[in-house]
Amino acid sequence: MKILRAALTPVSWVAALALAAPATAASISGAGATFPAPVYAKWAETYRAQTHNDLNYQAIGSGGGIKQINAGTVDFGASDKPLKPDVQAADGLQQFPTVIGGVVPVMNLPGFKPGQIRLTGKVLADIYLGLIKKWNDPVIASWNKGVALPNIPITVVHRSDGSGTSFLFTTYLSMEDPKWAAGPGGNDAVNWPVGLGGKGNDGVAAFVKQTVGSIGYVEYAYAKQNQMTYALMQNKAGKWVAPNAANFAAAAAYAKWPAAPGFYLLLLDQPGAASWPITGATFILMHKKQTNPQAGHDVLAFFDWAYKNGDAQAAALDYVTLPAPVKALVRKSWNTIVGPNGKPVYP
Amino acid sequence: MSIVLNAPPRRGTPRGATFEPVFEGLCFGAATALLVALGGVLVSLAIGGWPALSRFGLNFITGVTWDPNPDHEVYGAAGPIVGTLITSAAALAMALPVAGGVAFFLVELCPTFLRRPIGTAVELLAGIPSIVYGMWGLFVFAPFFAAHVETPLMSAAPPGSFWETLFSGIPNGSGMLAASIILAIMILPFMAATLRELLNTVPPQVRESAYGLGATTAEVVLSVTLPYIRRGAIGAVMLGLGRALGETMAVTFIIGNSHAFPKGLFDSGSTIASTIANEFNEASGLQSAALIALGLVLFVITFTVLALARLLLRTQVRA
Repeated sequence: MKILRAALTPVSWVAALALAAPATAASISGAGATFPAPVYAKWAETYRAQTHNDLNYQAIGSGGGIKQINAGTVDFGASDKPLKPDVQAADGLQQFPTVIGGVVPVMNLPGFKPGQIRLTGKVLADIYLGLIKKWNDPVIASWNKGVALPNIPITVVHRSDGSGTSFLFTTYLSMEDPKWAAGPGGNDAVNWPVGLGGKGNDGVAAFVKQTVGSIGYVEYAYAKQNQMTYALMQNKAGKWVAPNAANFAAAAAYAKWPAAPGFYLLLLDQPGAASWPITGATFILMHKKQTNPQAGHDVLAFFDWAYKNGDAQAAALDYVTLPAPVKALVRKSWNTIVGPNGKPVYP
Repeated sequence: MSIVLNAPPRRGTPRGATFEPVFEGLCFGAATALLVALGGVLVSLAIGGWPALSRFGLNFITGVTWDPNPDHEVYGAAGPIVGTLITSAAALAMALPVAGGVAFFLVELCPTFLRRPIGTAVELLAGIPSIVYGMWGLFVFAPFFAAHVETPLMSAAPPGSFWETLFSGIPNGSGMLAASIILAIMILPFMAATLRELLNTVPPQVRESAYGLGATTAEVVLSVTLPYIRRGAIGAVMLGLGRALGETMAVTFIIGNSHAFPKGLFDSGSTIASTIANEFNEASGLQSAALIALGLVLFVITFTVLALARLLLRTQVRA
């Protein structure tokens, strides 16, 4: 593979020169979150075809992405977990969101259709705390009048690996239930009180499919592509919403981005009748002071291009793209990413 | 002119002589490099894990709470340590008799035309990457195990009995026993292949004299060939146990990854290797230190097991 790439690179370089491509063929590198990796890869492919510029993205996990950008081994890092403004300032980093996704509670209840069970954040927290042990628990029943709930034990399935999905899910539970906040809390890995852990989305999905009465949580794209039985959730406005692209976008639209310094914003439990409560954006991290202004320029050029031309491709992969006003805000924030001369590296 | 004549007669240097010091140096270098690498790993694990070890002390080994939330970080690794020991021991107990059977069959009983295909199959099994075992375990073995082993056993256990506790857990094919079985399947070919090689080293005269004295196959195996290969056989077992202790991906897929103490055979657990694999990606600060310290614990466990095996062997030989 490596040999192949080594052999190909000079060839494509020569080809790019021969075609008299605009400017020089740039190659930018990034590393981090696995959740947006498919859409970054798709964008990079199209971007290369259109501009002859390369993007090399390594999906090593959000924690790894933060480590790599701090070590300066990549041009940009990527994280599902937004960095707080003070952390950004301390490390000289700047972050901005790219795409939005949602976390979906999925279940294995034979005979039940997707959306037939209704759950609130509080009920979900009590299930994951092990306080609600059976599907026909009076608390679940009180939210599901007229539904014949089975008398079977609930098996809780969670992620075993540290992940942005778990971070969103547990942070949401912390917001909904003080008992959860005081206990496991919100983090990309926590001390789960009950249940079993599957590795990755597919590990969770496999355990849910194999266990009658189980409940788990996966990324939306995964739940959709595998047609898993999801629950309706009650949002902040008290409405019952289904996990779908429109409802994630609604949560993103209600979020107060202009009031969030450094784009530090969790899209959890947003107001609005259609907002899906467990929504989150994924972020790019760059150094505020670029030692190599050309590299900084190339990274921002790529994301500028993606904001302009990448929405359809992202939607095809079941990601939700940022609303236009948010994109405009992000573009404005790029003014503070500067080169050694203090001038913005882009445009 | 005269100087040349008075010089001692020149002897041609033997061809090997120039190469000899190089060869000795290379061998010495290889042997020291191994020791240095071993020491380096040990030292770097100790340094990397020190923040966690110094903060939690003995509680790191005996504590049962593993809480990676930075707001209230506590790392007690008793769950993963016990999980590692139980799954490895159970896997060894299941795999060793079968591996012995395979090896004895191949060497003593197998018709010649079958010897080669079965031997190759065993070696091929040993070459399957562990991630493949993991995926097979999760998607093929677990549903089968749940439907045909766990559910019947759980429903057959009388309420309130010891059996009910033993068979407690979630009947979905994951858990301690399922992980042990997958591990047993993984270490089986290793041990079978090594045992077969060992049995082949038994001189034919020894074996044939025993047969000549009228011994049955079982008697030959138990009283002649087995004692002959005893020393090597313990090595083969240790090789299998070593792989079971350190196996990561296959176990991670199927053990259920719960840091608590497993309560029954079908309950979820975790091992040291699976915990490291699960959490290292996203870990930072004290959590990375705790995971590195876990690595050190695994190192010590493996070393202790090897040392015990050596000790066992020495006392046996003396007796």
